[in-house]
Parts: sequence; structure tokens; C-alpha cells
Amino acid sequence: MDPNAYLILSAILFTIGVVGFLTRRNALIAFMSAELMLNASNLAMVTFSHVTGNLYGQVGAFFVMVVAAAEVVVGLAIIMIIFKTRRSASVDDQSQLKY
Amino acid sequence: MIPLITGQAVAFWIFAVLAVAGALGMITCRKPVHSALCLAGMMVSLACIYAALDAPFLFVSQIIVYTGAVMMLFLFTMMIVGVDTTDSMIETIKGHRVASFLIAAGFGVMLVIGVVQGAVGGAAAGLEQANGAGNVQGIARIVFGPFLYPFLATSALIMIATMAAIVLSHGERLTPKQGQIERARARNEAFMATGADPGPMPAPGTYARKNSIDQPALLPDGSVAASSISPTLNVRGVAVVSNDGLRSAHRAAITRFVEDRDAIIGTNTAQAVAEELDDLAQAADDQLTTTGEGEQ
Repeated sequence: MDPNAYLILSAILFTIGVVGFLTRRNALIAFMSAELMLNASNLAMVTFSHVTGNLYGQVGAFFVMVVAAAEVVVGLAIIMIIFKTRRSASVDDQSQLKY
Repeated sequence: MIPLITGQAVAFWIFAVLAVAGALGMITCRKPVHSALCLAGMMVSLACIYAALDAPFLFVSQIIVYTGAVMMLFLFTMMIVGVDTTDSMIETIKGHRVASFLIAAGFGVMLVIGVVQGAVGGAAAGLEQANGAGNVQGIARIVFGPFLYPFLATSALIMIATMAAIVLSHGERLTPKQGQIERARARNEAFMATGADPGPMPAPGTYARKNSIDQPALLPDGSVAASSISPTLNVRGVAVVSNDGLRSAHRAAITRFVEDRDAIIGTNTAQAVAEELDDLAQAADDQLTTTGEGEQ
């Protein structure tokens, strides 16, 4: 199996994540798009591990998973507290945060 | 002889299609719950691709961490934020969507060209040798060897994230908590002001054939005790409000008693008692209806 196929799949998934992050305005879905990009990069790292024949890529993907879990906890807490104060999860409504 | 189609290739083509379909569904579904389900399906497909790439540890941890923990967190947040909020499809910035698609398409083309032009040359080395002593053992040898300090740092990271979530989602109490003393005092004050019963509410009805919170208790005269049914059930229309079936047994007993008494002592009160029971039943139904409307 050509490893480039995996890398192209990873690139496609990452691009779909970028599209979702740029176009969707629900904060939760934008956040899920960021998770999609993290998953795509994980796939690339696992593929590189398979290509080079050592396990460092898999360890990197494991670290990405750990950090993503911590990031999700904090990010969702922030979305919740913004929803509590503004009754909205749309990223358009948060432009007033700068005032 | 080298096989033309390997199991790895079959797994790749099946799960690559599923992953791309899940990702596209995630960004096109308008309801957040559908997006979350699509993303979960995409993550499971990626886990299966990991399994085909000789990464069984990541296969399991992808399913446990991502589809198990992360997506559950998303779903719980969705329950708080509102499951049925749909995105409006009106553009607030003119040309925003077209520009986004152009940027993303350019980015994707750049990535694919980079890959095709030879990010990886030649065939994969494969992980047979590295996984020789077991995939989990091999990863542990790296995590607890050269990556020991980064790994310890991630434990601090997770602790800090937990504390941050607690601090961020903790709501300050705005009104003092009502304890038993305060509640008893409030009941006594209501009794002094309006004559409301300070005692506990009557329990819902428990009958020979029914034992359920949606059955009202009956007062000694056969009418319904309105406060014995949860107002929530009443508003939803679940509670038994027109309880002729419950009342009929009670009425039958009273009517029998009155008729027997009439027959023994020679009076004729059965008609009057029946009318009085009808009035009571009507009054109880009216009271239930008004409390139901009042709660809405």
C-alpha cells in the first residue's frame, strides 16, 4: 500500500477541517473542526511511523491525543461560560468580547 | 509472489471513504448533534485505519479517548447549550464563504502537491521489526525512555486542565441557600398570611389496581386532591385529571350507603346526595384545570 495514499487522505481531512472551521459559526462545530484537523495530523504521524519503521510517530500521535483531550476540556468550559453569560454559542456574537 | 490487493489496502479504501464522508457530514449537517455523530463515525474509521497501519495501541486509545471521552464531552456540552440550535445560513461578512472555500482549496492543493512530489519516497519500511516485542511494549519503551519528561509534563497539563474546567464552569450562588429552618419559617408565614396548609403535600393515589405518581389522591368526599399530583405532570397532560374511573368506585359506595339508609329509615336523599357529589367532582376538575393553566 502506497503511504502517499494515507498522506493524501490526511490532507483531505485536514482541508475539510479548515473549511468547517472557516465557514461554520456555531462555536461547538468550529471546535469539532479543530478536532478533525488534529485527527488528520495524527493519521499523518501514524503513517510516517509506518514508513520509517519506528514507533516515534505513534508516540507523537499519542501525545497529540493527550493534549487534545486537555484542550477539549478547557475549550468546552469556555464555550459553556460564554453561553451562560450571552445565551448564544455563535461565534458571531462574541465580537463584543473586545469591548 | 506479492499479492495485488492486501488487507491493508481493502481496509484503507473502505475506511477512507467512510472517514471523508463523516468529515463532510460533520461540516454540512445543520444540527450540532448530527455533526457530532458524523465526527464520531469519522474517528472510528480513522481508528480502523490505525489498526491496519500496525498501530493497535492507537486504535484502542483513539476509540477510548476520542469517541469515548471527547465526543461525550461534546454531547454533554450540547445538552447544556441547546441540542436543537441550528446555524443560520446567512452570511454576515460578504463573500466570506467563497473566500473560505478558496483558501481551503488552495491549502488542500498545496498539501496534496507536497505529498505527491515526494514527501515519502519508496515503499514503507513497515513496523514488523519495531512491533516485534509488541506494539504497546515498544511505545512504552519510548514514552518512559526518551520521552519521560514530556510525558510527566502532560500529567501536569491534564491536572491544570481539570482545575481550569472546575474554575471556569463553577457558578457563584447568587441567593443564600434555603435550609430546613428557612423553609419551615416560610411555610408558617404563608399559613399566617393566607391560611395555606403548612403540612406536607398529600401523596399521589395508591389504589388496588394502580400505583403511580400520575394518579391523584382522593379526598374523603371523593373529590381529587389537586396538590397530590406533580404540577409538571399536570401541565404535560400525563396526570389523570378527569378521574371518573377512580371516582366511580367511591361514588358507588356512597350511593349504596345512602340508598340503604333511605330504605331503612324511610327518607329519600339519594337524589340530593348524587347532585352534591356531581358538584364536588365538577369543582375538583375546575381546580385541576386552573392549576394546570396557571403552571403554564
